[in-house]
Amino acid sequence: MAEKRLMTGNEAVALGAYHAGVTFASAYPGTPSTEILESFSKLEGVYAEWAPNEKVALEAAIGACLGGVRSLAAMKHVGLNVAADPWFTAPYIGVSGGLVLVDADDPEMHSSQNEQDNRYYAKAAKVPMLEPADSQEAYDLIREAYEMSERFDTIVMFRMTTRVCHSRGLVEAREPGMHVPVPYEKDEVKRVMIPGHARLRHPVMVDRLAEMEEFANEFPYQRREMGEGDAVVVTSGVAYQYAREAFPGVSILKLAMTNPLPRKLISEFCEQFKQVYVVEELEPYLEESVAALGLWPRGKESIPRTGELNVDNVRDAFPELAKGNPSRGHGAHVEGLPARPPILCAGCPHRGIMYSLARQKAIIAGDIGCYTLSVLPPLSAHDCQVCMGASITMGHGIEKALEIASGESEEEGFSSHRVVSVLGDSTFFHSGVTGLMEMAYNRGRFTVVILDNRTTAMTGFQDHPGTGTTLQKEPTITVDIEMLARSLGIENVRVVDPYDLEECLAALQEEMNRDAPSVVISRRACVLRDKTLERIPYEVIGEECNECGLCMRIACPALVKRGDEIKILADTCTGCSVCAQVCKREAIMKSRSES
Amino acid sequence: MSADADRNMYGEATRSVVLAGVGGQGTITAANLLANALVAHGYDVKTSEVHGMAQRGGSVISMVRFGESVASPLVPLGEAEALIATELLETLRNLEYLVPGGKVIGSRTRVDPLPVLQGAVEYPADAEQRITELAPDSIIVDAAGIAAECGDARAANTVLLGILSPLLPVPEDEWLAVIDKLVPKKALEANRQAFLAGRELGGE
Repeated sequence: MAEKRLMTGNEAVALGAYHAGVTFASAYPGTPSTEILESFSKLEGVYAEWAPNEKVALEAAIGACLGGVRSLAAMKHVGLNVAADPWFTAPYIGVSGGLVLVDADDPEMHSSQNEQDNRYYAKAAKVPMLEPADSQEAYDLIREAYEMSERFDTIVMFRMTTRVCHSRGLVEAREPGMHVPVPYEKDEVKRVMIPGHARLRHPVMVDRLAEMEEFANEFPYQRREMGEGDAVVVTSGVAYQYAREAFPGVSILKLAMTNPLPRKLISEFCEQFKQVYVVEELEPYLEESVAALGLWPRGKESIPRTGELNVDNVRDAFPELAKGNPSRGHGAHVEGLPARPPILCAGCPHRGIMYSLARQKAIIAGDIGCYTLSVLPPLSAHDCQVCMGASITMGHGIEKALEIASGESEEEGFSSHRVVSVLGDSTFFHSGVTGLMEMAYNRGRFTVVILDNRTTAMTGFQDHPGTGTTLQKEPTITVDIEMLARSLGIENVRVVDPYDLEECLAALQEEMNRDAPSVVISRRACVLRDKTLERIPYEVIGEECNECGLCMRIACPALVKRGDEIKILADTCTGCSVCAQVCKREAIMKSRSES
Repeated sequence: MSADADRNMYGEATRSVVLAGVGGQGTITAANLLANALVAHGYDVKTSEVHGMAQRGGSVISMVRFGESVASPLVPLGEAEALIATELLETLRNLEYLVPGGKVIGSRTRVDPLPVLQGAVEYPADAEQRITELAPDSIIVDAAGIAAECGDARAANTVLLGILSPLLPVPEDEWLAVIDKLVPKKALEANRQAFLAGRELGGE
């Protein structure tokens, strides 16, 4: 027997793709998908890249596939919204080398703004979909996905979820395969989707759907587990694991290929039982189809439609199936404990600028990144946030609406100083650039603050077009944000140091009062990566401090209030000095004992 | 290994350990050491962890399950035979994962969450006492202090794994082999010593 290795689903899918002969992969980082590309990039002889966003990643992967190699694009669920444009037309043009989109949904929103169920994307685009239930299946099924892609001449969706991506399990790898690049051939009728060509291709997709359904009926990874009793559970993905454990001995139809659904297989297997149950996370995707087959399933009336599933809530949904594994009670559930929300780190460069912004009586249109955490009190420095890059465009709309509402003409301009859009460097490159163009072109006059911490921090410090290095840490160009903004027609562009509150406050006031669009770049490396910091902690001088609590408003985890006394935790403090600048009594000083 | 050693107190073939702490305390690394030790001993193993936003100083939890054939990567409430926790408040928060009568292996470390730092709410001053009342089979130590004596305070998690280790059927040499394999060289000796110090506290 080959050696089994403990791997996350993300590592397993990367290795499986490699063993399928994939040599091109592109992605934008996003939890829970990030480590797919990171793992893949470490394998020998492959090309892997961070793309500026998911649309770019998928388009690059489509190109690589047309160029003849097996290719992969990876993204989190909301990333596919960004990539939806190429996603829906990719199946029209088909593949040359195999092409798979690895999608990572995030039920429970551990690190996401919504919990959309991307299985509907596969159905809507007529794309075949595989759903692994653990790391071994992630490895096995991604190899199948490339065979399917080439066999049916289509992109394939490989749909994972957080508990598959970030669970470790044993993986037994098989003999690596090879993929010989397909020589390039021009085929514009198939690959240039002018209406006349697309009308030829769409019926091909419909016919293909029928062929793929036949395949799904026979696909060996669709597993029929015969148990006892007159009930059967239809399930897929990690929900299978919960059902298997919650309902020992109950028959299960575990589907690995869930688009197109194997209707014949489902009907024939389920008709042997009196009652059909469907156990699935999020939406009733399987349930709707099982119901359409006339099988009267029980499902979402009992199984939660929001949040993650687990053995407990699956068992509680259908206790009649759980007789072999009843709940036995558990250790103490302690009420009333202080919550521990995630917070900006001590020394985070976002703190100084977000604190300065919070002082401005501005409407702050925010974005996706660590800085979103500044929405929490006491900073409370976000008014709205919807998706990557939306800070600038929403800010633009808010400004225009304020003008309309107040009846002012655009020329008089008055309310623009109230709106500020805030986003990080990686988010700016992802989808902020077009927003900045919108502001400049459509004569917005608000202020955009770009928090340039020189990395993609929240997902684990990935490079991007502004860092000067590629995924492989090789030198490359550095996009100059100042020059880019100026080239879009924004004349007022300045850089501030977020550790310098006076500079931040002055810059914000000046730019927000200006009757013209402006960009303020708050530039300082993420404190978790900055090797240039001295890191000499600060301390509170007891006799100078009058416990006014002003410093506590910056929400730094190094500052602690015990009773009336305020202290700085020397182990946590990074010496950024923001608290000392906030203090009006000079009661916070650089620690002498440490220097 | 005996048949009994492969089953939990209900005779089930899947056993569970929950590891809890604060983002940045190394909970994922500790879970990975534990999981690899169990794999080396021949078990099927699954773990679960959360990355991303929660890591920024928030509550974090890792789960390790092992047995003949593990299904769910998540530990159901009341099925963990041990809770390893690097912080007192997080210990209290996760007691419900323990099987009634399960063991707490905790560090006497207090990390104030933001609402406490801000003075908005009180950190439960009697946290340690409440833990020992609610889970009588508890061992709470100054893991960072013990680790510091072994050469590196950051090996606190390894002390706790050492305390856990006599409860599991993995022998000492297999543990040390996994530590040798996974811990970076410059921290290796401190982690070996930390593990052994913990193992002694754990009763072996």
